[in-house]
Formats: sequence, C-alpha cells, structure tokens
Amino acid sequence: MTSSSWYRYSSPATFYPIAGRLIPWFGWAAAVMAAIGTWIGLAIAPTDFQQGDAYRIIFIHVASAWMSMFMYVVMAAWSALFLGFNTRLSAMMAQAMAPTGALMTLIALVTGSLWGKPTWGTYWAWDARMTSELILLFLYMGVIALRNAIDDPRRADRACAVLSLVGVINVPIIYYSVKWWNTLHQGSSVSLTAAPKMAMTMLTGMLIMALAAWFYAIAVALYRVRVIMLERERGSAWVGELQEVKSR
Amino acid sequence: MATASVSSSLDAGAVLPGVRWALVRDLKLAFRSRAELGVQLMFYVIVVSLFPLATTPERNLLATMGPGVLWVAALLASLLSLPRLFAADFADGTLEQIALSPYPLPALISGKILAHWLTTGLPVALMAPLLGLQYAVEGEGLVILMLALLLGTPILSLLGAIGAALTLGLRSGGSLLALLILPLYVPVLIFGAGAVDAVRAGLGSAANVSLLGAGLLIAAVGAPFAAAAAVRIALD
Repeated sequence: MTSSSWYRYSSPATFYPIAGRLIPWFGWAAAVMAAIGTWIGLAIAPTDFQQGDAYRIIFIHVASAWMSMFMYVVMAAWSALFLGFNTRLSAMMAQAMAPTGALMTLIALVTGSLWGKPTWGTYWAWDARMTSELILLFLYMGVIALRNAIDDPRRADRACAVLSLVGVINVPIIYYSVKWWNTLHQGSSVSLTAAPKMAMTMLTGMLIMALAAWFYAIAVALYRVRVIMLERERGSAWVGELQEVKSR
Repeated sequence: MATASVSSSLDAGAVLPGVRWALVRDLKLAFRSRAELGVQLMFYVIVVSLFPLATTPERNLLATMGPGVLWVAALLASLLSLPRLFAADFADGTLEQIALSPYPLPALISGKILAHWLTTGLPVALMAPLLGLQYAVEGEGLVILMLALLLGTPILSLLGAIGAALTLGLRSGGSLLALLILPLYVPVLIFGAGAVDAVRAGLGSAANVSLLGAGLLIAAVGAPFAAAAAVRIALD
C-alpha cells in the first residue's frame, strides 16, 4: 500500500459509499451477537451463588464500560490524525463517535448503579471506577458542548481535536488519582477485583456482548459520519451526483 | 500555519525574552486595575466562609472538610478569573498582533499564564493559611496547605489557559469553560486536598506534594503549546 492510496480513502467522496456498504455488515453482526449474548446471559449462564440473578446486568454493564473508555481513546486517535494530516474525514469520524461514546458511558453508569443497589446496598458509592466513569462522561459532554458552541465546522473540528487530546492525556491521571483518593478514604469495602472467579459461560457471554457493543458502535459511527458528510459537503459535486440525493 | 511553526521553532533565544515581555505587560495591566484583583480574592474568602454557615461550625467536621473547601473555592476562583487571560486581548485585536510577533507564541502565552497565576493563584495560596485557621487546620497542616496551593494553583492556570483559548469568542463562553476545565482539574483537587488530609491522618504529605510538583512540571511543559494551538484556532 502506498501512502497515496490511503489518502484516497480519507476523501469523503470515496468513503461515503464504502461506509454505506459496511453499515449493514456491522449492524447485523451487532444484532446477532447481541442476541447470542443475551441468550447466554439470561438463559445459559448459571445463577451466581452470592449475587443471585442480579449479577446478570454484568453482560451489558461491562460491555458498555469497555466501549466508553475505548471510544474516547479512538476519538482522540482520530483527532490526532486530523491535526497531523489535516484530513477532514478524521475530524468527522471523531465527531461521529462522541455521542455514542457518551451514550456508552451513561449506560455503564446507570447499569452500574442499578447493579450496586442489590449487591452493595446503594445506588452510588464513590468507587474509583464509578467516579472516573462519571468524569469521563463530563469529558464527553465537554467535547460535544464545545462542538455545538462553535458555528464554523472547521474551527469546531480543530478545537474539539485539541480538547480530546488534552482529555486523553488526563484520563489515566484522573483514573489513578481517583483510585488513590478512594483507597485513602474508604478502604476497599466495595471491591470488584476480589470477586470469585467467573464461570466460563459468563466470560463467553460477556465477550460476545462486548463484540456486539463494538460492532454496534462501528455501525452507528459510520451511519452518523455519512450524515455528517452529506451535511458538510452538501455544496460539493459528489453529493449532488448521489442517487439518494438526486431522487429527492 | 506552516510559516507559524517555522517562526516558533526559529529562535530558541527568543523564548525567555518572550516570556518576560508578556509577563511584564500583563502584570502592568493587572496592577492598573488593582480593584479587580481584590474582588477576586474577596470571592475566594466569601465562598470559603459560606460553607460553615451552610453546614456546621463543629470543629472536627470543619477540620475534615476544610482542605476540600479551600481547594474547591480555589478552583472556582481560578475558573472565574480565566476569561480575563485572553478575552480582552482577543476582543480588541491585541491577541492577533501577539500571535504575529517574532517571539514564539507558546513563550508569550507562558508569560501570560505566569502573570495570571501571580495575580490570582498566588494571593489565594497566601491567603489560605488564614482561612485554614477558621477551619481548625493547625500547625503543619497550614504549611502543607499553602505549599500544596503554591504547587497546585499554577497547574490550574496552565490547564485553564487551554480552556480559555478554546472558548474564545463563543456565546456560552463562561459556563462552557467550566464544563471543559473542571473535569481536568480533578487530579489537582484530589492531590492538593489530599496533602492536608494526609498530614491529619499522620501519613505524611510527601507523596501528594511530589505528585503535585510532577503535575506542575508536566503542565508547564505541555500546556503552553496546547494553549498556543488553541489560540491559533480561535484566530483563524
């Protein structure tokens, strides 16, 4: 692969149809994986001897928590590519990922607190992971709010890219500072790391659900990036030549 | 953009004069509106004084809350003063001229940040032991409180400069700035307030203070460049 062929894919005109062809694949993969994962999680996985059936929320909780952190890193990586190569598609990808990342963070927080009530006896403990997840939600909100506050999309792209990069440097620092703060204050009364070893079926279910979340995130990001491309490039020739635009 | 990066890497000898020029200029401007600086310090004092009224004057509880309250108030005071860092220069076009000057932009911004800290963070840090007394913080705790604030408030100014530059000229500037910057302040808050807590718990504050120092070094090296990039984005 020469570098020029990579640049070819960074052009919205080339990427738009490719993304359109990829969306059904990832979408269906996500649906099938989610169905299998739900079936394993609700029907096959054994009941936990300590937590009863309450633990089954883990199948959505862990998947969304993984994705929430991973997507921030990917968003920052697209931002870095954008600042480095000035490829506008990278910025569009970063923009397309932010809402899904925020959604995953919110799901992780809500499922976490719903899980906390029956197991820890409280909806919210200032546990290191919960707290840093909450701050991650604030970081996503900041990126989205900054994007909405700037009218010029090119300035918004670059400002959000700088903010995402500053944020991604801070994420591990925030995580470890909160973790340390937590050990200083509370002791480890609510530790998940000391949980008993998981049954094999539970682990399988969790991994399948994580794959489902992964494919879902890719499908939705591609879908959103297509909308962003159409919106931003509506004046350009290639958009005017699209079948779906012509038929309107 | 290309010419800008060339000129900023052109002359390493222009870095310190650039810092000094921006520092002297901003300090001069700040001291011509001394009343504004006093208002900011009063904001800090008043916010700190509200907490016992809202909760309890009980000494043990106050001593537990004290460091946290003093730090949260310092965060808010820093946040309140951040728009001043670039907004006036941006509004009257000075910032554009500053960006065009032969001095490297990150150096000029470092000077502005240093001036911002000297006029907002430093008074807060110096005032803190007095307010700490009101919160039943005593002895070594007061020293560590001030030391932690001396190390931590420059980080607030450095990180805040990035947010202030990113939100230049935006409609919802002030509240948006809070949303962008407060989450990034979290580690400083934890290590800073934790330093005094650690003294109280008899653990020694060396780890907290060292981490604040490390954070200050990292922020001092990185933040001016990020803020300079953000200023250029705003000026485009």
